[in-house]
Amino acid sequence: MDFILGFVLLLIFQLLGEALVIFFELPVSGPVVGIVLLLGALIIKGSVGKSLNTASTTLLGHLSIMFVPVSVGLMAHYQLLMDEWLPITITLIGSTIIMLISTALIMSFASKFLIKETKHDL
Amino acid sequence: MTFDEKISAIWLMLQGSPLTGISLTLLAYVLAMYLYKKSNYQPVLSPFITSMVVVISVLLITGISYQDYFAGGKFIHFLLGPATVALAVPLYHQLHRIKQLFIPIIITLIASVFIGALSAIGIADLFGASVQTQISIAPKSVTTPVAMGISEQIGGIVSLSAGLAATTGVVGGIMGIKIFSLIGVKDDRFRGLAMGLTSHGLGTAVAFQESNTMGAFSGLGMALASFTTAFMLPWLLSALAII
Repeated sequence: MDFILGFVLLLIFQLLGEALVIFFELPVSGPVVGIVLLLGALIIKGSVGKSLNTASTTLLGHLSIMFVPVSVGLMAHYQLLMDEWLPITITLIGSTIIMLISTALIMSFASKFLIKETKHDL
Repeated sequence: MTFDEKISAIWLMLQGSPLTGISLTLLAYVLAMYLYKKSNYQPVLSPFITSMVVVISVLLITGISYQDYFAGGKFIHFLLGPATVALAVPLYHQLHRIKQLFIPIIITLIASVFIGALSAIGIADLFGASVQTQISIAPKSVTTPVAMGISEQIGGIVSLSAGLAATTGVVGGIMGIKIFSLIGVKDDRFRGLAMGLTSHGLGTAVAFQESNTMGAFSGLGMALASFTTAFMLPWLLSALAII
């Protein structure tokens, strides 16, 4: 029952998100707006209920199966993948390495800078 | 009806029924999870990749079309919506940590969205990928359901974006820890954030094996990247006159 209750809550927030996307002609998807709305509601409420915790843990624990159906559609792009496998592979590996290095270094430097400032203030 | 007619009637039912797509996806996933656990959680055997390979193989062997498969697959696909909304819960649990490192996190987050999209489009363009592929590869560093939503908005190929985002998760999960020790970043909060910003869900799974702090920060990076990219990427691409 906990799961069902939490699940309904998630669906309601998704619905609200979808409605706001149409109303305000937002450039993002309904579920993404749903995240913001639910986060706002949780901040106001100050805690996560048992049912919502159960539903979100269960769904997020099995996130990977949910993107299988659409990704199987990759088979429809067989020709494109055969034609462009080299740029795609280089891009995925190259851009991933660039991102791992740059984000880790930026975060390190930005934090060091901030910590120094805080010490100064104290 | 003769025996043969009965068999072909069953085959016809299997091809037309949503039952086939649902059962096939779930069975592939159960098998994939089993292999993943048996292998002691090797990122290469990510349940997503295994399930996808199993389903595609079965469809190719049996000759069931993707449309027929998706008649059932769409029921599992539907769960992506509420699951994405559910990301608000781990994000809420990390709020106090976000406050602590708020400014460095925001700087890194904004930089990562630019670096991720620009490096992907730049490299893809340099090596001769088509514009359609460049657009589809741009949201590769956000969690797959969000990547699909973004791809739809910017006119990419949704299923291509989904597959590429998931593959990025696998690639980052395999290389992340090695790269961090190579460049000498040791703080688990920083390593986690970088992992989540780059390779979302699968990176987060790997990060949790390192430490709880790294896992939590990776989850934070994943959630932040998801909706920052969703807001920024359409704008960035039109600013670059790509869409």
